[in-house]
Amino acid sequence: MLNKYPAWKNILILLVVIWGFLYSLPNLYPDDPALQISHELTELSQGDMPAITSALEAAEVDFFGEEIDAESIRVRLNNLNDQLRAKTAIEEALGESYIVALNLAPTTPGWLQAIGAGKMNLGLDLQGGVHFLMEVDMDAALTRRMENNLSNVRTILREQRIRSRGLNLISISHLEVRFANSEDRSQARSELVDSFPDLQFQSRDAEGVFILDMRMTPSTALQIQTDTLQANRTTLLNRVDTLGVSEPTVQQQGSDRIVVELPGMQDPAQAIRILQRIATLEFHLESEIGAPSLSYETYDYEGILVNVDNDVVLQGDRISNAVYQLDQNSQPAVLLSLDAQGGNQMNRATRDNVNRRLDILLIETKSRTVTTLNEEGEEVEDIEFYEDKKLIMHAVIQQALGRQFSITGLTAREASDLAPLIRSGSLAAPMTIVEQSVIGPSMGQENLDQGLLGVQVAAGLVVLFMLFYYRTFGMAANAALIMNILMIVAVMSSIIPATLTLPGIVGIVLTVGMAVDANVLIFTRIREELGIGTPAQQAIDAGYNRAFTTIIDANLTTFLVAAVLYTIGTGPVRGFAITLMIGIITSMFTAIIGTRAIVNLIYGGKSGKTLSIGSYRKIAKQDDLNIEAGN
Amino acid sequence: MLLPEKQIDFMGVRKFAGVTSAILVIVSIISLAFNSLEFGLDFTSGTSVRLSYADAVVVEDVNQTLRENSYEDAVVVTFGSDRDIRILLPVDENVAIGEQAAQAVIVGESITELLQSASGSQITLLGSDYVSAKVGGELVESGGIGMLVALAIIMVYISMRFQFKFAVGAVVALAHDIIITLGIFSLFRIEFNLNTLAALLAIIGYSLNDTIVVSDRIRENFRRLRKGTPIEMVNISLNQTLSRTLITSFTTLLVLFSILFIGGESTQGFAVALIIGVVIGTYSSIYIASNVILYMNVTREDLMLPVKEGSELDDIP
Repeated sequence: MLNKYPAWKNILILLVVIWGFLYSLPNLYPDDPALQISHELTELSQGDMPAITSALEAAEVDFFGEEIDAESIRVRLNNLNDQLRAKTAIEEALGESYIVALNLAPTTPGWLQAIGAGKMNLGLDLQGGVHFLMEVDMDAALTRRMENNLSNVRTILREQRIRSRGLNLISISHLEVRFANSEDRSQARSELVDSFPDLQFQSRDAEGVFILDMRMTPSTALQIQTDTLQANRTTLLNRVDTLGVSEPTVQQQGSDRIVVELPGMQDPAQAIRILQRIATLEFHLESEIGAPSLSYETYDYEGILVNVDNDVVLQGDRISNAVYQLDQNSQPAVLLSLDAQGGNQMNRATRDNVNRRLDILLIETKSRTVTTLNEEGEEVEDIEFYEDKKLIMHAVIQQALGRQFSITGLTAREASDLAPLIRSGSLAAPMTIVEQSVIGPSMGQENLDQGLLGVQVAAGLVVLFMLFYYRTFGMAANAALIMNILMIVAVMSSIIPATLTLPGIVGIVLTVGMAVDANVLIFTRIREELGIGTPAQQAIDAGYNRAFTTIIDANLTTFLVAAVLYTIGTGPVRGFAITLMIGIITSMFTAIIGTRAIVNLIYGGKSGKTLSIGSYRKIAKQDDLNIEAGN
Repeated sequence: MLLPEKQIDFMGVRKFAGVTSAILVIVSIISLAFNSLEFGLDFTSGTSVRLSYADAVVVEDVNQTLRENSYEDAVVVTFGSDRDIRILLPVDENVAIGEQAAQAVIVGESITELLQSASGSQITLLGSDYVSAKVGGELVESGGIGMLVALAIIMVYISMRFQFKFAVGAVVALAHDIIITLGIFSLFRIEFNLNTLAALLAIIGYSLNDTIVVSDRIRENFRRLRKGTPIEMVNISLNQTLSRTLITSFTTLLVLFSILFIGGESTQGFAVALIIGVVIGTYSSIYIASNVILYMNVTREDLMLPVKEGSELDDIP
């Protein structure tokens, strides 16, 4: 029947409406500022609670809702100011080995959490924080690899007693070796070719000099860049963890950049210090039993105390790669490659120490704020640098080691964790901050408040206009408009966990303006039909049908533009594009199907002759339209 | 109310509209060539510090304090209210690139202290931005490429859905909108930043929407009305879609003005760009896209549905 939806269609629409309502609901519950307290090594338990509560009581900070989850303790605070004071108080009371992270604790009712409904993530511009764009110095990474190759070539030639007339690094991807005659060159080539599978060899003669060119293939260079970027990302992830930020983002952007976003971070200077600090690796032997206590230091390794000899066997810069792989017995292993000199050093150190243990220390230069007294006896804050050493490998030497060896006896998880950790201490290239943005918490709140007010006022004005201009049909359009906003929010809160940014809010507002376009198209068509005397029921049906292709064409092209925006854009452009895309899809649903359902419920199957759709002009059949002037 | 009492002969002034648009486009291009754009921090480089005063702030005083303390190159602008200012500083060439970001943070803090002690007013550091020279230039490039890609995709889509002549019309209208909007930004020295770039791309979407609706009607009329010249067809279509064009532009402008006045400083540039774009986009969908289609001699045959053999040609009432 004309203008009647079958029951299943109405139920389906109702279900979507209920879904949109439920899943946008959590956004109405503001988060509590909270602190997440954990320990570097051990899990926290009920026993740690008194120390925390007494620290907060001493600092006169109100708190509530303290709870223990898996391994950390969470305490809720009344406001952001209390949160910062509480952080300082707890850090001072508990000491260095505890990590106190700023956090936001949800206040969503349990039944909403149970159905998986959550909140939208807010972008930095809406909640404050620090944004960094870091650029990795890829040339440095490539140069280092090529210099490594150069010294390896030199060592191999010396070992094989092949005389060369000089080795030169021509560019970051090209090195050449000169020989006095072609016999030397071909001998060298056959010796070298197996040791450097990544390089392309080419012989060239120039004025009595016999040259062997060795070039890095583009695919190798690309691989090095990917590894380096990955190593740097791992390094940054580890460092960001120590900053005490609840939901940090460390994301690759393009081929040589990494975005770091630290919501709620209020001390950009500290963040920069930590992100740009340097990490190195050292190989040591385990100290022998009975060695003098000054000759070793003790480290914790997975709960065991290990005495590590002070002598450095090898520095991390001798490592050319560390990869996770399966060994010949299909057991997880980390394959370490050293350069030629490193291989020699390793060989010397290990051949007499089979069955002893080899340790790797990851050393990071960190800084902390210390309070000291100056000459006038006043307390001043000062920055102190110190080395933080962590034992990341403790393995038995099975045989004398050379340039390549595997670390075995690890679980798959351990091996895949260890490889990037070793690379982060050896492969990571220098990074520079090329873009930085600090958004204070008040600025974030202001942006959020003003943005939301903008949405409300804009939606309010549009709703009033539609009601005034299209009467009952305007009401249907308004219901669809509100539904549309709820659905955008619901989609962003659950299906596509997109981050809401200020440009994103603008995208929603713009969708509000443009979403009514579909209804305007439909309603003007219905008015036109009524104008040429089509009966009410047929006019509704014809209006919806005729406007349909126009709406699809118009929305699809806009969607394509938004998709292009999303692909090429970064940051704000992306935030805008994603809400626009979601908005286009949801608005097509609400404006076409949603309003039709409402209109059908009101007018469907009724015999009334008039529609409340505002005034329209009666005209004769369209074929007789005349042009009044011009030709 | 918004419905015209009688048919408006839009295409009667098509030559005049064409000439006007051509002049506007040429003026815009000249202005862009000689005047360039007032690029914001996103596209150039430097440090920007945002401060909020407890009381109204006098920009001249801030300027003077900064000059006296060796920040000669600082530019001070107010934003949002008379209590908020933004200070723009060029990149300090004497600082190593790796240190510039840290330097930007320090500069922000020291300027806050400096101005606080000079003015005696309570000042909050709202935030700061630093953009290195390297990143800025790339944005112009990727934005430009994005726009060309978007135009190319649109061209293909419209050629498929409508006809090549309509695709040319739509793309000419879009280029027209973008160039004139950029021209206005250049002529009036309005800051062009990342938000404005996003707005410019949104204008493509909006203007396209308008053009498609009109083209759709032209196609429909060509198919169902048996008599009438192409100019009459276009005129009829424009009149039929006029009320929709005006209402949608009106609701969109309603929304944009809400953002402009309420949305805060961060979104103002966006709103301004879109308001300009919506006005020009509405004009171009009426006068430019259709005009181009007419100049390309669109005919009824261009738009006829492919007919299966043996079926009636004119079965549409």
